[in-house]
Amino acid sequence: MEMGVRVKNIKKRKLTIQAVPFMLPSVLGMVIFSFLPIVISILISLTDWNGLDKLNAQTLKECMVGFSNYIAILKSSEFWNVLWHTVYYIILYIPLVLVMSLFIASILNRNMKGIGIFRILYYIPVLTSWVAASLIWKWVLSPQYGVINQLLGYIGITGPNWLTDKVWAMPAIVLASVWKDMGFYGLFLLSGLKAIDIGYYEASRVDGAGKVRQFFSITLPLLTPSLFFCIIMALINAFQLFPQVQIMTEGGPNGATQVMVERIYTYGFKYFKMGYAAAYSWILFVIIFALTLVQMKLQKRWVYYES
Amino acid sequence: MKKKMVSVLLTGAVLTSMLTGCGGQEEKAPAQQTQEEVQPKEEASKESIDISATETSEETVEITYANFNASGGNEETLDKMYAAFQEEYPNITVNIETIGYDDYFTQMQTRVAGGTAPDCYELNIENFAAYANKGVLAELTGIDVSGYNATALSAFQVDGKQYGVPGNFSNVVLIYNKDLFDQAGVSYPDDTWTWDEAMEACEKISALGDDIYGIYQPITFNEFFKVAAQYGGGVLNADKTEFTINSPENVQAAQMMISKIVDTNVQPTESQMGGMGDWDLFESGRLGMIPTGIWAFGAFTDACEFNWDICVEPGGTQKATHFFSNALVVNADSAKKEAAAAWINWLASSDAAAKMRIEAGWDLPAISDETVLVGYLEITPPENRQAVFDSLDHLAVAPIIEDYSLMADIITDKLSRAASGELTVEEALNQAQEECSAQIKL
Repeated sequence: MEMGVRVKNIKKRKLTIQAVPFMLPSVLGMVIFSFLPIVISILISLTDWNGLDKLNAQTLKECMVGFSNYIAILKSSEFWNVLWHTVYYIILYIPLVLVMSLFIASILNRNMKGIGIFRILYYIPVLTSWVAASLIWKWVLSPQYGVINQLLGYIGITGPNWLTDKVWAMPAIVLASVWKDMGFYGLFLLSGLKAIDIGYYEASRVDGAGKVRQFFSITLPLLTPSLFFCIIMALINAFQLFPQVQIMTEGGPNGATQVMVERIYTYGFKYFKMGYAAAYSWILFVIIFALTLVQMKLQKRWVYYES
Repeated sequence: MKKKMVSVLLTGAVLTSMLTGCGGQEEKAPAQQTQEEVQPKEEASKESIDISATETSEETVEITYANFNASGGNEETLDKMYAAFQEEYPNITVNIETIGYDDYFTQMQTRVAGGTAPDCYELNIENFAAYANKGVLAELTGIDVSGYNATALSAFQVDGKQYGVPGNFSNVVLIYNKDLFDQAGVSYPDDTWTWDEAMEACEKISALGDDIYGIYQPITFNEFFKVAAQYGGGVLNADKTEFTINSPENVQAAQMMISKIVDTNVQPTESQMGGMGDWDLFESGRLGMIPTGIWAFGAFTDACEFNWDICVEPGGTQKATHFFSNALVVNADSAKKEAAAAWINWLASSDAAAKMRIEAGWDLPAISDETVLVGYLEITPPENRQAVFDSLDHLAVAPIIEDYSLMADIITDKLSRAASGELTVEEALNQAQEECSAQIKL
């Protein structure tokens, strides 16, 4: 018995040693191109480095300003405005994208002829670049020539000036984002649906459960792990909202759709305030990290894992 | 088991999203660095250069030149220019890197900070202001400046020192739809017009139909500093020590820009534009006048099914016109500044390069010798191409300061709030003055 464990341990160690050379290239890559920059960006966030002076220990030491970037950001009204825009986006986007993805997933879960084609069709927007998608949506949302307002016109509604109206600009961006992302989350939910044992449905039918009851008592609870995953992913992506805003509204009208990543880019690469931008991105990281932690804790209350 | 899967997936997802966040651009590291690194850095301290000696040098030098302007159509023209350059300077080899505009400035910033910037490169005016003020550019001395357009050259001086030469040049003229002027029974604009005459014409043209407008002039900082100059104003005082954004002259200028949208509506609001671009509006024949760059000529020649022509832009109390030019600069850390300066100077001001530039229809060369430009004048439309050169007599130079982009964004933001009726013109300029003074050290 004793011997057996030891042999196993030796074997395990040997395997680990063998694995090292195989892992080295990607680990090195990660360390050099990700972890190191992450650490350096903490240092940069404590400086007023302009992004052009040579970056070395000496420069960083000379530019050191302590936490004043963080304090300045948290004190600025711009930060809170921008944060609110992001939160507003999330409030609109997450429920909508989840409902739509679930809807798509349940359609695609049928065993129909040619369902593969539909699965591809719904996934195409995901593969499209945001630049192309944003340009299309800019056209679709055009108040005078756009499809949406024309359709609204048929039922007697005068559509708003989507992207140039303070109130409607953000919902318009949400609409485009939902369209683009629903295929992505739909795919995850579809695999979740596929994993549900058909036996549950058969048993419940015998017990007299209708479709609606089946959905709420079987499908939804068993889908919660997939939903949980999608919510966290969507949240992280939502905080990093950027390309669609940049192309569709450029943060307008009058700053109503300015979001955090756009600010980080602008401060770092346009205003040459790299320290300020780095501090901004660390604040963004802390927000995302905290929200994800909270979600992880809360999942016990509603996510149901089988077995 | 499933729980574990979810957390593994999540970790993966968080990591990838962190990684992809800033990836992409930095990886495209330049290929030609090794050469520079082995060079001794002794010359790095010598910040200014005298290029007059290069021609006689026998030594062969290899330099790197980065630019964005040739990307998307003029790569071959640039190669042709380089071939001609090599005939004159056989000892200088130039590695040309042409990088797309979208990636260019993030990449250049990273390379400058990393000490691997090319020996010479191109900068637009916003970035030139920042780079020159932060001491990463070499002062250019000993250049024969007589060949350059003086105003364009002066745009790239900081504290009286020349840090760049104007590599290309475009200016802004008033382009107008002749057919709409005929229909409205208004005589064509000419070089004597002020905004008063232009506004009268605008109202008559707008009256032609619900979706026809007199003029489109963007509500931006770029437009503002020029119109301010037309009314004798400006955003900075003469020695650039204070902002003067809310001066009475500037208020008058902004009033003219904004009132044609909010009061007379001879210029469409953003929602009336309905997501259409200003050029599209002009091309569709719904716009009487548009002050815009001469780079529109090609597009308008192709797209407009009506007659159009150009003239010098109307003025306020005086004339002032825009020009756009990119600076060609030399890296302060380069060990081969003389060769680098010889190349950019040749590229910007030699007759041979100028001729190739005109033939290719790639902007104008920023040179003063109009005989080289004759070929340019012969192309029609527009009939009155001479106005391109007449406009050069009134060039307004952008107020170059270190925090140029920040100032431009603040002023543009306030002006567009005025254009949407959220603020009055006075309020907008007062707020801009306050915010610029608070956020920018001059």
